[in-house]
Amino acid sequence: MLWLWIVVALVVLLGLALVLLYNRLVRLRNRVENAWAQVDVQLRRRYDLIPNLVETVKGYASHERETLDAVIEARNAGMNASGPHDQAEAENQITGALKSLFALSEAYPDLKANQNFAQLQEELTGTEGRIAYARQFYNDTVYRYNTKIQSFPSNVLANAFRFSEREYFEADDESRGPTQVRF
Amino acid sequence: MYDQVTSNKRRSWVLVAGFVVLVAAVATAFSYLIGGGPVGIVIAVVIAAGTSFFAYWKSDAVALRMSRARPAPVEEFARYHNIVEGLCIASGLPKPRLYVVDDPAPNAFATGRNPRNAAIAVTTGLLEKMNRIELEGVLAHELSHVKNYDILVSTLAVTMVGIVALLADIGIRMLWWGMGRNRYGDYDRQNGGNQGPLAILSFVGFALLVLSPVIATVMQRTISRRRETLADVSGVEMTRYPPGLISALEKLRDDSTVVHATSRATAHLWIEQPSAQTQGEGRLSRLNHLFDTHPPLEERIALLREL
Repeated sequence: MLWLWIVVALVVLLGLALVLLYNRLVRLRNRVENAWAQVDVQLRRRYDLIPNLVETVKGYASHERETLDAVIEARNAGMNASGPHDQAEAENQITGALKSLFALSEAYPDLKANQNFAQLQEELTGTEGRIAYARQFYNDTVYRYNTKIQSFPSNVLANAFRFSEREYFEADDESRGPTQVRF
Repeated sequence: MYDQVTSNKRRSWVLVAGFVVLVAAVATAFSYLIGGGPVGIVIAVVIAAGTSFFAYWKSDAVALRMSRARPAPVEEFARYHNIVEGLCIASGLPKPRLYVVDDPAPNAFATGRNPRNAAIAVTTGLLEKMNRIELEGVLAHELSHVKNYDILVSTLAVTMVGIVALLADIGIRMLWWGMGRNRYGDYDRQNGGNQGPLAILSFVGFALLVLSPVIATVMQRTISRRRETLADVSGVEMTRYPPGLISALEKLRDDSTVVHATSRATAHLWIEQPSAQTQGEGRLSRLNHLFDTHPPLEERIALLREL
């Protein structure tokens, strides 16, 4: 009779292990989703800051139409982007346009001294950092998730319940080159 | 870089295990020499653990008070807040409370029992002297202390120093006042004169009692240095940009101002040893460096360059 109890105990332990493993996979996958959504939050933050910046600059350098328009255009492109490829391209454009705008402020000492402008510049720089870190965190979560579903024994469970691999966020070919700064 | 992180963590746990062995050895010597038995040991453990736990629980308040830190408002310190928020996104940690210490010497520390109750403080000197990238490196180092639960580890180490010191203290006092059990009179009667090995053991036990506080302190400082290196490497893992921290450490190395509102008790928390460093050659200087809470800046810079 003892061997029967042993078998039952082993089966129960195995079941428990499977449940824990499954839950772990679920947790890792949700972390990936969460991290991806985080990136969007930071991108939105940048979109929200830009109109304010454009208004401030207009007050001092209204004849720099080209640069200002470039920023607004890029922002709109970003907000209306249809897929990840388009969005990445728009993001790159925004970064370039903002760089031009900030470089421009060197020629307008009044603008540079403006408190609001300084604050916005700091906020935008901070947001660029946040976007980069959010993408880095997303890649880290994807790494952990992919590693888990590829390793034994969790890969068996992953295949059974159809946990699929996630893609890393990779820099576009265009954005690997230097960003254009136009005056 | 990842290997460095793992190896540093492993080495610090090896040190903690070694520490436990030391505590056990001292406790054994204590009970052997004194015949004090478990009561003395229990008292020492309770006192040391109790005070340390309280210190650990209140570690953030105590450290901030001692350094005269004030809360850093967002409006005044936008860059500071933005950088920390970015790093928290990168590491998945909640954002700690941010403080500032009015002092021209560049330095920073992190405290708090877990990531939810953490606080980071920087000196105004640091904010002025470092550029954005360097500041990011330093803050990543501090945030790593929070992430790796370094306050917990150093509290464990300090507790064990406390236990060892208390046992040694009580033990030696009891020996002095003749309460030990190997008084020669007893043994003469019992063992018929064969005291050789017993005497040696007593001597070893006594030596251990005398030396143990020093050994314990050296071990605690070694743990502290190991955790500092871990924080350096972890911080770089967060930013993925070693040159930031390297540049900051180089600036710290070339700057000789010393923080005012500090003491040896909180020295281990800062990114760079706040007391003035003595440059020296020779054996005595090397012995002195065993008691450093931080590895020398040159060593830290060299390690980061190799990543």
